[in-house]
Amino acid sequence: MFRSELLRREAVQGYLFILPWFIGFLVFTAGPLTAALGFSFTDWNGVSAMEWIGFENYIQLSQDSRFWQSLKVTLIFTFFYLILNLIIGFALALVMNQPVRGMRLFRTIYYLPAVLSGVAVAVLWSFLFHREFGALNWLLGFIGIKRIGWIVSESWALPSIIIMELWRVGSTIIIFLAGLQGIPPELYEAAEVDGANRRWRLWSITIPLMSPTIFFVLIVGFINSMQVFTQAYIMTRGGPNYATFFYSINLYQTTFRELRLGYASAQAGVLFVIIFIITLCILWISRYRVNYELV
Amino acid sequence: MATATASATGKETGGFWSRRRKLRLQNHLLTYLVLVPGALLFLYPLLWMISTSLKPKHQIFTYPIEWIPDTWMWSNYGEVFNQVPFLTYTINTAIITVIGVIGTLFGSSLAAYGFARFRFPGKDALFVLMLSTMMVPIWVTLIPSFLMFRWFGWLNSYLPILAPAFFAQPFYTFLLRQFFMTVPVDLEDAARIDGANRLQIFLNVMLPLSRPALATVAIFAFFFYWNEFLLPLIYIQDQSKFPISVGISAFVSEYRSDFALMMAASGMALAPPMIVFFLAQRYFIQGFVLSGVKG
Repeated sequence: MFRSELLRREAVQGYLFILPWFIGFLVFTAGPLTAALGFSFTDWNGVSAMEWIGFENYIQLSQDSRFWQSLKVTLIFTFFYLILNLIIGFALALVMNQPVRGMRLFRTIYYLPAVLSGVAVAVLWSFLFHREFGALNWLLGFIGIKRIGWIVSESWALPSIIIMELWRVGSTIIIFLAGLQGIPPELYEAAEVDGANRRWRLWSITIPLMSPTIFFVLIVGFINSMQVFTQAYIMTRGGPNYATFFYSINLYQTTFRELRLGYASAQAGVLFVIIFIITLCILWISRYRVNYELV
Repeated sequence: MATATASATGKETGGFWSRRRKLRLQNHLLTYLVLVPGALLFLYPLLWMISTSLKPKHQIFTYPIEWIPDTWMWSNYGEVFNQVPFLTYTINTAIITVIGVIGTLFGSSLAAYGFARFRFPGKDALFVLMLSTMMVPIWVTLIPSFLMFRWFGWLNSYLPILAPAFFAQPFYTFLLRQFFMTVPVDLEDAARIDGANRLQIFLNVMLPLSRPALATVAIFAFFFYWNEFLLPLIYIQDQSKFPISVGISAFVSEYRSDFALMMAASGMALAPPMIVFFLAQRYFIQGFVLSGVKG
C-alpha cells in the first residue's frame, strides 16, 4: 500500500516534469500535423472558402514537373552531400586523431565554419563563387582550371551548394573524433600483435566500432539536408533554370507566392512521408549492420 | 590513406625501435601535409570576407585579385549602419537569441529531468515519440502553425519564433537526459532526506551539477537562434523588427553589387558566433560527444 502510493506520486511528478514538452507537442507538432493532413485534401488560399477535393492535390502532384524536379534536386543534393560529408569527415577525423603538435589549433580552424550558417554564410559564398572576381576561380586558376560559372551555371549550381555545405564538415569531424577516442586502445594493440596492418585494422576494428556513430551522422544529416532552404533562397532562388530548385524552395513558393495552401500541405506531407520512410530504412539497416556490443 | 603508406615503407629499416621512430616521423609529416593546406582552405572564405570588406570599391572588381586593400576602408563597416538600421537588427537578433536560449534551457531541462529520473507508465513510448518528432519537417507544421499564430494575433512579433522554445526541444532534451543519467542518484537522495521536494532537488541539486551540459545546450541554441532565418522571414513584416538574417537578405536584394558592404555586414553577423565558439569551444565539442558516441 505504502509502496504503491510512493510509485503513484513518482509517476505524477514525472508527468508534471514532462508536461511542458507534451503541451508543446500537442500544440506545435501533433495539432498542426493533423491539420496539415486535413488541408492536403482541400483547395484553399487562406481567405476564401475551403473546398474539399479529396485526393485531387496528390493526383496533381504526381503530374507536376516542378514537384518532380524539386524532389530530384533535393535527393541528388542529399545523396552527394551525405556521402562526401561522411568520407571527408571520417578521413579528417582519422588524420586529426594523431598526437601531433599544434592539433588544438588545427581542430579549432576546422571546427570554426561549423558554427557559421545561414544568410551571412550564403552571402559570403555567393561572392566567393563569383565567376569573374571570385576568390575560388582565382585560386583554381593557379592549377590551370578555367573559370567556372558556379552558382550561375546550370550544371555547377548544385555542386556549388554541396561544396559550401562541406565547408561545415567540422561538426562531423567532432562526432567522429569523439567516437574514435572511445575505441579501447587494447583492441589495436591486440590486432598489432596478431600482425594486422593499418588498413586491415581500419576495416576490421575502426569502421565496425564506429558504425553507430556513422549511422547517427547519416540520420541527422539526412533529415537536415532534405529541408535545405536558406542557401538556395539567398544564392540562387532555385535557379538557374531550376537547377537548385530544392523541395523547400518549391514549398515556399507554393505557400507564400501562390497561396495554394492545400496543395502546399500535400507537398509537405509527401516530404514528411519520404523522410519518415528513409529514416526508418536507415535505422533498420543499422540494426543489422551495427556492432553495438563492443562499444 | 596517409597512414597506410607509412606502414608499408617502414619495413626495410633495421631495429624495432628505429623503425617505430621513423614510422612516427613519417606519420607526423603526412599529417601536416594534409592538415596545413586543409586549414588554409578552411580559412580561405573567411579571409576573403575580411579582405573584401576592407577594400575600396575600385579594388573589388580587379583581376587578378588584390588581397591587401590600397586604403583600409574601415568606413565600410560604418557605412552598413548608414544604409540599413543594422544596430536595430543586431538588438533584435540579440533579443531573439537571449530569450530563445533561456526558453530552450527551461523547457528542455524540465522534460529531460522527467525522462531521466522518474518511473511512470508509458515513459519509453513517450520518449520515443519525442525523439521521432525530430523527423517532422518544419514545412509540414508551417501552414497550420501560421494560421494558429495569426489567430493568436502573434504575426509580426517574435512570439511564433520564441514560444515553442519554452516547450522543450527534442534534441536538447535528449542531450540533457543523457547527461542527467550520469549524475549519481545519491546526491539527490541526500537532499531528499533533508526534506526537499523533487522540484527543489531539480533546481538546487541537479541543475548546478549540470552546468557543463546546460552550457552546451545554451551554445547550440545560441547558434540556432542567432542564425534563424525562415521563421522571421515568414512572421516578421516590419523592417524595424528584422533580425540580422532577414535584414541582410533584404539588403542583398537591394544592393546586389556592393560586395564590400555585403561582406562587412556578413562579417558583423558572423562575429558573435565566432567569439562564442572561441570562448566556449570545450562545451561545443562536448555536445557532440554526448550526442554521438552512444547514438
